[in-house]
Amino acid sequence: MNQLFSPKKKTAVSMADSGWQQQLPDSTGSSHIIELIGVNKYFGEAHVLRDISFYIRQNEFITLLGPSGCGKSTTLRILAGFEQANSGQVLFEGRDLLAIPPYERHLNTVFQRYALFPHLNVFDNIAFGLRIKKQSRQEIRTRVEQALKMVDLQGYSERWVDQLSGGQMQRVAIARAIVNQPRVLLLDEPLGALDLKMRKDMQIELKDMQRSLGITFVYVTHDQEEALTMSDTVIVMKTGEIQQIGTPTDIYNEPRNAFVADFIGESNILPGRMTRDFEVSFAGRTFTCVDPRMENEAVDVVVRPEDVQLRQPSDETVNGVVTSVVFKGVHYEMLIETETCEWLVQSTDRAAEGDHVGLYFDPDEIHIMAKSDQSPDRVRTAGDDVQEQEDDW
Amino acid sequence: MRLRLNRLTWPYLAWMLLFTLVPLLLVAFYAFTAYDESGKLFFTLQGFRNVISMKDTVALSAFGLKQLFSLDLQVPIYVNVLAKSLEIALLSTLICLLLGYPAAYILAEHSRRNRNGNNLLLMLFVIPMWMNALLRTYAWLALLEPRGIINNFLGQLGLGPVQFLYNDFGIGLGMVYNYLPFMILPIHSILVKISPSLIEASEDLGANRMQTFSRVTMPLSLPGVMSGVNMVFMPAMTTFLIPDLLGGGRYLLIGNAIERQYMVSRDMTTGSALSIILLVFVLASMKFLTRYEKENNEGGMLL
Repeated sequence: MNQLFSPKKKTAVSMADSGWQQQLPDSTGSSHIIELIGVNKYFGEAHVLRDISFYIRQNEFITLLGPSGCGKSTTLRILAGFEQANSGQVLFEGRDLLAIPPYERHLNTVFQRYALFPHLNVFDNIAFGLRIKKQSRQEIRTRVEQALKMVDLQGYSERWVDQLSGGQMQRVAIARAIVNQPRVLLLDEPLGALDLKMRKDMQIELKDMQRSLGITFVYVTHDQEEALTMSDTVIVMKTGEIQQIGTPTDIYNEPRNAFVADFIGESNILPGRMTRDFEVSFAGRTFTCVDPRMENEAVDVVVRPEDVQLRQPSDETVNGVVTSVVFKGVHYEMLIETETCEWLVQSTDRAAEGDHVGLYFDPDEIHIMAKSDQSPDRVRTAGDDVQEQEDDW
Repeated sequence: MRLRLNRLTWPYLAWMLLFTLVPLLLVAFYAFTAYDESGKLFFTLQGFRNVISMKDTVALSAFGLKQLFSLDLQVPIYVNVLAKSLEIALLSTLICLLLGYPAAYILAEHSRRNRNGNNLLLMLFVIPMWMNALLRTYAWLALLEPRGIINNFLGQLGLGPVQFLYNDFGIGLGMVYNYLPFMILPIHSILVKISPSLIEASEDLGANRMQTFSRVTMPLSLPGVMSGVNMVFMPAMTTFLIPDLLGGGRYLLIGNAIERQYMVSRDMTTGSALSIILLVFVLASMKFLTRYEKENNEGGMLL
């Protein structure tokens, strides 16, 4: 996956360590079409959104990414007007959005399960919004045809919804939304019900569509690859809180904490200690790195599996034994047992099970994160566990 | 229609045979036969002839034809009875629909909000159905009588007595009261099944609540309305209990007419002929009422 992104490119919109929840000076100069300020939402006792603040730029493809229950869909539903925020503000082009009922908002939604009207055919489904706005018959026909063309469904206008495949329903749902020329399109896991191949195709089509239409897309998904592929900006959420906001490259290369690192792609997350600038100890050794010393000595260290190089065991390397090799097509995925923990390594070099190998990584492949209470959902090894606990003590 | 028979369907088939098909055939048999003096059966159309006999003609009074439009149309007495029954059944069905739809809508909203909770409101509508229809109708009799509870109360206020019974009002009230749950239940059950995301999609596309109702909720609930109309219209058309009690026995609807042919005149031939005519009439009405919906569906299949 890392082939998609040029490594180590720090972009201007990268979020600073502090203050990213506040309004940042906008480096690209485009205006903020939507701004959320301290939005909170409760479902009964459950606090499902905690002080959510972020902004969305004009013509941006922004993705809310997180596991189920993280509040991403609720955020979207607040934007659409289907849920009311308990506190906080949402501004749409500087004006209060929350006071406006959903049917007067210049937003359209593509629903998770499409929500096409079963009593209408494809044409009437797409024309629904235009008819409400009392457009002329001619205007409706022209625009519906355009929308059908855009989603590549010409000739389907007389079909009934139940005669369509999942992918076709998805396209109709998109056409039904974009035909209204909304300022912002909200997409709630729109590809969730499609098979892998179709999902990949639709990802590209959606991205193209967003570029050519010049509409702001707010996209909700739990699929990190989808988020990285399509987005200009990714917002990673967990249990109602924003974990990180940044470009896909930033999020992937500079995760702010162990949760983000683990959620965005596979990674080796190890407990480490930093006593000096540009020097970190983990896995029983001390390495040079590119980060300055942090506030606390204890840190989390992330090394992406594809950044680990296999070498002959030496003093320069972390040495271990290969315990499993799986061929993945582009690369081999190997588990390597070392003294302190087990490593996940992806490499085009092949090693055999039982081989003694040395693991080497460049200083700029070592990512240092502050320790947080966000321990990873998937902990790689038992060794990690123990040491992490020791650190916490 | 092709039935795939397996062992499990036998009891139902036996049931249908015994209690639907056989009685129906018996009615058809009696409609075309009579006994002569010597007690022998013979084929006859006398029953049907009696029904459409021009010997006893009356002015067609249903739908206010005589009163409102001063239209003096002489028809056989049973044609007038049938028309009157149709008038009252249609009127009751319409009132049930006008009362029942909003009720079903409110109940659906209610049960949608308390998804795992009590359906107390719905229960309140259903509980009367657990009682015998005869008892419920007698209760209305006690309420509406010239010296009944309501007229007593009105008398205290210096009003009345109002003639509630033995007229269209009394019978209509009895029918609406008895059949309202049959309208509410099918509409309610289809309304709660409408996915909330469709309502959201409609609002998302700019429709306010009224537009959402008329363009999404209402069209989607039509099948429920259709079956509600069926379930009210059919018993309203054929009942004899309600006009018998609330009409004071003077009020002749088609159900009573049939009952009287069997039980009073002991004329099985004419009674059966009337039954057959009523059956055909109801089936034709049902066909007519459901035509719109059918067309809609078939259109979908054809395209």
